[in-house]
Amino acid sequence: MKKPATLDIDAILDDQGTRIIVCCGAGGVGKTTTAAALGLRAAERGRCVVVLTVDPARRLAQSMGLTELDNTPRLVSSPEGGGQLFAMMLDMKRTFDEIIEAHADPERARQILSNPFYQSLSSSFSGTQEYMAMEKLGQLRRSDEWDLIIVDTPPSRNALDFLDAPERLGRFLDGRFIRLLTAPAKAGGRSAFRLLNAGFGLMAGAMTKLLGAQVIKDLQTFVSALDAVFGGFRQRAEMTYQLLQAPGTAFLVVAAPERDAMREASYFVERLAEERMPLAGLVVNRVHVSPAPALSAARSAAAAEDLESRGEHELTAAVLRLHAGRMQLTARESREQEHFASAHPTVPVVQVRAMSEDVHDLTGLRQIGDLLATA
Amino acid sequence: MDSPDTDWAGVRLHVVTGKGGTGKTTVAAALALALASGGRKVLLVEVEGRQGIAQIFDLPPLPYEERKIAVAPSGGDVFALSIDPEAAMLEYMEMFYGMRSAGRALTKMGIVDFATTVAPGFRDVLVTGKTTEAVRRRGRNGRRIYDAVVLDAPPTGRIARFLNVTQEVAGLAKVGPIKNHSELVNNVVKSPETAVHFVTLLEEMPVQETLDGIAELRAAGLPAGGIFVNMVRESLLPQAALDTAVKGRFDAGELVLGLKAAGVADGAEATAMAEALAEEVVEHAHRTELEKAERASLAEAGLKSYELPLLADGVDLAGLYELAESMRTQGAA
Repeated sequence: MKKPATLDIDAILDDQGTRIIVCCGAGGVGKTTTAAALGLRAAERGRCVVVLTVDPARRLAQSMGLTELDNTPRLVSSPEGGGQLFAMMLDMKRTFDEIIEAHADPERARQILSNPFYQSLSSSFSGTQEYMAMEKLGQLRRSDEWDLIIVDTPPSRNALDFLDAPERLGRFLDGRFIRLLTAPAKAGGRSAFRLLNAGFGLMAGAMTKLLGAQVIKDLQTFVSALDAVFGGFRQRAEMTYQLLQAPGTAFLVVAAPERDAMREASYFVERLAEERMPLAGLVVNRVHVSPAPALSAARSAAAAEDLESRGEHELTAAVLRLHAGRMQLTARESREQEHFASAHPTVPVVQVRAMSEDVHDLTGLRQIGDLLATA
Repeated sequence: MDSPDTDWAGVRLHVVTGKGGTGKTTVAAALALALASGGRKVLLVEVEGRQGIAQIFDLPPLPYEERKIAVAPSGGDVFALSIDPEAAMLEYMEMFYGMRSAGRALTKMGIVDFATTVAPGFRDVLVTGKTTEAVRRRGRNGRRIYDAVVLDAPPTGRIARFLNVTQEVAGLAKVGPIKNHSELVNNVVKSPETAVHFVTLLEEMPVQETLDGIAELRAAGLPAGGIFVNMVRESLLPQAALDTAVKGRFDAGELVLGLKAAGVADGAEATAMAEALAEEVVEHAHRTELEKAERASLAEAGLKSYELPLLADGVDLAGLYELAESMRTQGAA
C-alpha cells in the first residue's frame, strides 16, 4: 500500500499565513502536549505564539515553568531570534463574566452574574467550555497581539462538540423557545404564557411541571438580560465558525495508534471535511518502535521457546520474549495506522515515537517538537 | 443473589470512570461479564452516546432499550442500555406526568434540546436517574430485576460533578420535580450499594488524575470503590537484570551467546542484534521503574487495586472474557 505523505510541521509553523492551529482528537492522546510542543517550536523559529489550553495536566503547566495557568496569557519563554511563547488556560466562567461585564451596564451585569441560572450555565454546562474556548480564540485573534494561536480542544463527550456547541447554544438562545420566555420583558412584565395561545399554554404548563415555576422565572430573568447584552448569539457563533474556516487556520488531528483513537481520528477527518474546515494532517503520538526491527515477533518467540525447551540461556530467552511482545505491539499499531491511511489516503501523517517518561520541562517539550518535525 | 466472597458484596451500582484512553469502557464491559458469571443478571449502561459498548461487543448501535448482549461464563446474562438523554426525558415525562404528546411537541419546540443540553445538571440527572431506576427496579416477586448495574460513566475529571446531582441542580431547583428526582438519585448514589471504580494506566497523568478524582469524590461524600490498573505488561525479566539495565549498561555479551545458541544470528550480526536488544531491555527497565513509582502513588489512595493484563491482540470479545476472568480471580467480582 502507498505510504501517506509526511506532514511537514515546520512548513506550517514557518508559514506566516498560519495564524491559528487547532489540535483536536480523542481524550488521552496527548493533544495538550502536542499543542505546547508546537508552540515552543514555533516560538523558537521566531514566531510570537500563544498556546490556549482548555484543561492541562498540572505537570504540563509546570513543564512550561508556570505553577498555574490562568485566563491571561503568561510569558513562558523568549528564545533568541525574537520569538515568544505565551500560554494560558481557559477559565470559562471568567471568560463568560468578562463578556457580560464588557457588554452590559453595571446594574444589568450584576443582575445577570448573580442569577442562579447564569451561574450554573457559566460554570457547569458542558457546552459552555467549548463555546468559551471559541470565544477566547476569537478574542485572541482579534487582539492581533500574537501572530500564531495554538489551541487544544476541550475533552468533549462527542468528537466535535467544540464546533457544534456554539451553534447549539446560539440556536437555543436565538430560538423560538427563548422568544417565548423573553416575551414578558417585552410585553411590560406580564406573563408570557397568558399572552399565548392554548397550544403554547399547554407547553408552558408542561415546562412548569417539568422544571418548576422558580426555574422558569430565573430562566426568564436570565435570558432577557442576556439577550439585551448579546444581541445575536447565533451571529457570534457564526463568526467563530468562519474564523475556523479561514485560510489562516490549520487543523491537526491528534491520535494514538490504538483502535479507538484512530477511529475517532477518522471521524474527525470526515467531519472537518464536511464542515469545510482546513485539515493540515494527522499527528500519531506514542508510536512504539523497536531498535531491532529485523527480528520478527514470530521468529523471536520461536527462538525463545527453543532456548526454554533446552533449558539454556534463560536471560536471552526472556529478552527474546520481551522483544516478541514489542514487535507484536508495533505490528498492531501499524495495522491501526494502515486502516486509517487506506480510508484517508490524502491526509498527511506524522508519527511521534513513544517516550518512556512524560514531559517535565521545556527540554522535554522541545524534544517532542523535534520528533514532530523530523519524523 | 449476593456473592459474599467478592470485595464488593452488597454493591449493586458499579460506576466505572477513568481518564480518556485508559480503557474505561473495556473495563466496564469486562466487569459486567464478571459480575454476571455464575447465573446473575447484569445491566451495562453507557451514557455518552458514543456507542462504545456496541463497538466492543461487535454489535450494531444500541437503541434506547435494555437488550441482552452477552452470556457470561458459566451462565448469566449481560444486558446493555445506551441512554439517550432526550429519550430519557420523554420517558420521564410520560412516567411521571403522562405527557407523551406534550413531550413530542416540546421536542419540536427545541425545549427538549434545551433541557437536555443547556439546562445545567439536568442532563446528568436524567441519565443518573434512569440508571438508578434500573438499580432499584423490582420484579413481581419483589426481587430486584438486576443483580448489578455497571455504569460506563463520564471521565475522571467530571465524575464527582456528574454523580453529585443534587448539588448540580440545587442552585436551580430548590423545590419541584427535578429536586425530588435528584434526591431519589442521590439516595442510591451515596448509599453503600454504590461503588465508584477508577480505571488507570501505570503512567503519570492517568495516575495523577485518578488520585485527584478520588480526592474529589471523597470530598463530595461519594463512595470510592476500587482501582483497576489496566494494560499491565507482565514483567518477563528477572529483577537483577532490570536493576543492572536501569543503572546503565546491560551487558549484551550474554545475549550474543544466547542468540547464537538459538540460531537466530551469527557473527557480527549477532553482536549488532544483541546490542539492539540490550537497548530495548534498558528502555523496558526504565519503564518498569516508573511503573513501580506509579504503583506506589496509587497505593496511597488506600483503595483495593486490581491489575488487568495488556491484551496482545487488542480488545476483542475473547479479550473481554479474559479480563473478566482476571477480575474474578482477583476478587473484584
